[in-house]
Amino acid sequence: MQYSEKVMDHFAHPRNVGEIENADGVGTVGNATCGDIMQMFLKIENDVIVDAKFKTFGCGAAIATSSMATELIKGHTVKEALELTNKAVVEALGGLPAIKIHCSVLAEEAVRAALADYYKKIGREIDFEVPEAEETVCHVHEIPEE
Amino acid sequence: MENRFVYADNAATTPVAPEVVAAMTPYLTEYWGNPSSMYSKGREARRGLDEAREKVANLLGAQPNEIYFTSGGTEADNWAVKGGARYMRKKQGRTHVITSTIEHPAVLRSCEALEREGFRVSYVAVDKNGILDMEKFKAELDDDTAVVAVMFANNEIGTLQPIEELTKLAHEKGALMFTDAVQAIGSVPVNVRELGVDMLSLSGHKFNAPKGTGALYMRRGLKIDKYIDGGGQERMMRSGTENVAGIVGLATALELAVSRLPDTERIRKMRDRLADYILKNIPHTIYNGDPVRRLPGNLNISFEYIEGESLLLLLDMAGICISTGSACSSNSLEPSHVLLSIGLPAEKAHGSMRVSLSHLNTDEDVDYIIEKLPGIVARLRAMSPIYPGEGK
Repeated sequence: MQYSEKVMDHFAHPRNVGEIENADGVGTVGNATCGDIMQMFLKIENDVIVDAKFKTFGCGAAIATSSMATELIKGHTVKEALELTNKAVVEALGGLPAIKIHCSVLAEEAVRAALADYYKKIGREIDFEVPEAEETVCHVHEIPEE
Repeated sequence: MENRFVYADNAATTPVAPEVVAAMTPYLTEYWGNPSSMYSKGREARRGLDEAREKVANLLGAQPNEIYFTSGGTEADNWAVKGGARYMRKKQGRTHVITSTIEHPAVLRSCEALEREGFRVSYVAVDKNGILDMEKFKAELDDDTAVVAVMFANNEIGTLQPIEELTKLAHEKGALMFTDAVQAIGSVPVNVRELGVDMLSLSGHKFNAPKGTGALYMRRGLKIDKYIDGGGQERMMRSGTENVAGIVGLATALELAVSRLPDTERIRKMRDRLADYILKNIPHTIYNGDPVRRLPGNLNISFEYIEGESLLLLLDMAGICISTGSACSSNSLEPSHVLLSIGLPAEKAHGSMRVSLSHLNTDEDVDYIIEKLPGIVARLRAMSPIYPGEGK
């Protein structure tokens, strides 16, 4: 398994790491059992994402996809951010190993979760699919019966 | 400290020793004959093969005709587990196999293959330190048990199992005893006669021989089913023209490794110094495995709130090679079955680091790891949404 140069760049030098105080939207997806959790913070003014930051527990791809996702939505409208797909994140990173595609899905979901939080805060009806962290299923190894 | 390259993943593989290359070279350039050929060119190769077999046998406490060369540890494991079980079913109608939950995949997957053939397999649990639960083992062992397959030393947490005791118990019930000694050979003394085992596997590239070399010890008088059909090499048991140069390399490397065993204390001290430093200076760390009954070079530690692949990649950028039990680095979605077996929750298994030191490591290597590791762990924790902070 090998990462592209772009993935390694975003892993080694992640953009927008951290938290935003009094963020307008915060979303958390994934779980520790599966080995990745992403938390996304958004600062939104007039429906434009003026700042995005993230914190991630996870592998190289999880960190790189979080970093890339923040880059892709910064300066864009909420509507545009909702159109961000995991595929776009993968393409922007110059590809991901097949087994790491779920990291890009998580990045897309983190953005949606943060936007859903924003909608909730401003009292707007959520008219898009929101991922639920608890629903995330990973394949935990089954220890054979003794 | 200047940047350096520190290879601390000797449980994965080791470099081929220069002495081994030197011993092998004539068998690639000059004595390249087929050992099965009767003319002089073949006899040269045959001589090298015979000498290597004798050397390996002596170093293990075996007879030359008890050593079968293979392509590595995985082949030897497959052969011993499947061949041993099938042989005992044919001869005595036994249909039960006992192994542990922390075996190498070569053994676990072989056991699963036997299950598909109708064998019943007991996967005996280990305690929180990774030592086989003897009471549970005894409860599984009976007159139907064909083979007991328990590893000598674990590849992830280095735990040493009581092979001699297990062998006695297995033999009391008439079962064959096999131990995968791939990680133990070259790190701790191994003598098949003293252990009393029926079969034992080893792999050359774990002790500075080339990859693609290994052996199965099978005690005299035992003739389990042959593994590869063909021209009848390895006394009709494992066909295929012998990897003469590799076998010569394996024997030379084993000789070197055994001669170094008295120096093991230095490796143990380096390992313990690294462990002590990490546990004292990096908060939220967990020591995995047994502190005493373990391979001298093995250290396995979990760093809470971070994930192992990220740790591996950042250490690699600093020039340090280690491995992790994280799912993400292993082409699967599952963290290490060994760490789960000792009761570690998945999230803590994801954050594990295995360091495996060898005689080639120095105190400066340990100093360098000590210099780089804390900052890298701290950097990943600063990025982690679940890290509660130092004092918490």
